[in-house]
Amino acid sequence: MNQTKGNIMLGHGSGGKMMHDLIENVFIKKFNNNILTDQTDSAILNSDLDNIAFTTDSFVIDPVVFPGGNIGKLAVCGTVNDLAVSGAIPAYLSVSFIIEEGFPVEELEKIAESLAAEAQKAGVSVVTGDTKIVNKGKCDKLFINTSGIGFIRKENISIGKGSKVAPGDFIIINGTIGDHGMAVLNARESFNFTIHIESDCASLNHLIKKVTDKHEVKFMRDPTRGGVAAVLNELALKTGFGIEIEEDALPIKKGVKAMCELLGFDPLHIANEGKVIMVVPESDVQSVLEILKNDTLGMESSAIGRIVTEHQGRVVLRNQTGGSRIIDTLSGDQLPRIC
Amino acid sequence: MKYVDEYRKKDLILSIAEKIKKASDREMVLMEVCGGHTMAIHRFGLNSLLPPNIKLISGPGCPVCVSDQRFIDTAIAFGRLPGIIIATYGDLIRVPGSVSSLEKERAKGSDIRIIYSVLEALEIARQNRDKKVVFPGIGFETTAPATAAAVIQSRQDKIFNFFVLSGHKVMPPVMKTLVEEGVRIDGFIAPGHVTAITGTSIYEELASIYKLGVVVSGFEPVDMMQSVLMLASQIEKGKPAVEVQYRRVVNETGNKVAQNLMKEVFEYRDDRWRGIGMIRESGLKIADHLSKFDAEKQIEVNVGESFEPKGCICGLILRGLKTPVDCPLFARKCTPTDPVGACMVSGEGTCATYYKYRS
Repeated sequence: MNQTKGNIMLGHGSGGKMMHDLIENVFIKKFNNNILTDQTDSAILNSDLDNIAFTTDSFVIDPVVFPGGNIGKLAVCGTVNDLAVSGAIPAYLSVSFIIEEGFPVEELEKIAESLAAEAQKAGVSVVTGDTKIVNKGKCDKLFINTSGIGFIRKENISIGKGSKVAPGDFIIINGTIGDHGMAVLNARESFNFTIHIESDCASLNHLIKKVTDKHEVKFMRDPTRGGVAAVLNELALKTGFGIEIEEDALPIKKGVKAMCELLGFDPLHIANEGKVIMVVPESDVQSVLEILKNDTLGMESSAIGRIVTEHQGRVVLRNQTGGSRIIDTLSGDQLPRIC
Repeated sequence: MKYVDEYRKKDLILSIAEKIKKASDREMVLMEVCGGHTMAIHRFGLNSLLPPNIKLISGPGCPVCVSDQRFIDTAIAFGRLPGIIIATYGDLIRVPGSVSSLEKERAKGSDIRIIYSVLEALEIARQNRDKKVVFPGIGFETTAPATAAAVIQSRQDKIFNFFVLSGHKVMPPVMKTLVEEGVRIDGFIAPGHVTAITGTSIYEELASIYKLGVVVSGFEPVDMMQSVLMLASQIEKGKPAVEVQYRRVVNETGNKVAQNLMKEVFEYRDDRWRGIGMIRESGLKIADHLSKFDAEKQIEVNVGESFEPKGCICGLILRGLKTPVDCPLFARKCTPTDPVGACMVSGEGTCATYYKYRS
């Protein structure tokens, strides 16, 4: 396909030349590496470690382009982060596109470009992929699935499970919460707010490695859908311990806070795409914070709470006024209050 | 954040709490009418800062909660008709009608869209001239002017496929009804944003005839605590009056533009409140001269029979007679994921608030 203008047509998913050209020009060229250019049905991966981490995620975000990123960048960050927070070093990605008939090729190219750029930044290779085109109305513009493979050392396998977490451990987050969810909501809805909020969408594997190279991290998770509240509740349930969070210690951007106040949302329930929650022993807190704060992706890091023996299986927030309340996971979508 | 942080200062809140303790040791029951107030009380744990002689009870000021089954059933029935788009505020979609909810209907194929402002409903109508767009209007004097403005706008722009299913209600009649029904209330923490529209005169009768203090309150913890202090002082002195704590937003005369819009677009009617029943002149219908925007007049629909859920004590909770923990369904059969009563649906609902902030 020589032209980058025009729209995606059903023919682009036919398996014929149109599809071949589309894949060749839009994807292979951009994700270029030896394994992918082999174009075999299954990628054969080299491994020099015992354990392989494997994950998959689908991205169906509306709008596909939002302040701070787009669905392509997000598709890399999401899967890279899922591997990284499991304690793995992300290495390979697969990328599958489901594209709605009529989608502009130019826009697809931009998305593929930022997907490729993010993959390069994260140091992962896109080694296999698939493209399907569906009739107009059968999907919303563009869906992307990415699967990822990473390598994980034996001593890090407990990180995803949190099996070493104990009372007294501290909970750290690498920056402001709720940025992604609010950036997307603000871009999607016609609020006409004058504030500009950018998604925090970023690959965290390098940042995480800096910490895990030097410190014991007992648990890690990226607080995406369901926000910080969902991750902490899962951890509390998993370990049986209680969790106490200090409201004062939660880093929240002014604009995000204002939007949450207006809509009646709780920032703890809003999605993030460039944040990691780490549980570390008390002795390591300062040093971990220092490492995080020296990185552009962790400048606003904060120790937000700790693991406690009280209120087992629950997350309790101590607020600025001295009161406390239970933080639950969200039941369904967060619904705006009407007044 | 300006207008927020300074009203959440711990020292200030605690110093007001001290003053409240000194102001009166009489037993008193204060009703916070508005759902937003209930939220603030629980979110900031204000109950724990009040002395034991002061009890706060939640009133019927959550607009979603007081919308009765019939209203939801009607919206659902409209949604099932071909060529209809329901454009609704988000927290209405999970409210249970007699047998279904808008959320469930959406999954079954009704075209139901969540909007943040009624003007979006108008926009949807503008872009879908071949469809009829029905906006289920809920809320009190706070949201009714916006609905009124949308009706006027659609008349001006000749958008005749925009219809309002009005479930709008007004505050003063229900406050009086509760007092007349014998609910023990020694003073009202009155809704700040309703009063910003209406002005304070709507409460004069409560003070002069029923001898009850009314303090119009803001929604931050300092506001709420200061309002309690003002009411406690009134009660101690035996001088009930209408006072405004929320000075930065509310004045005595209210918002004339909004009042005039409401006068032009709506007429009072007797209206049914979930769990409370029929209250005279407590609802707003689209005025006859604008009936071409009235969904109930313009779109024929068979709603079927409406009935209330068994075991739900929403009505007693809305009257301030019971709290959610008294309900056998609370946190068992009735949760935010699968609500039985409307008070569990809205973030402002008393049951949802109790559930969310339970400790």
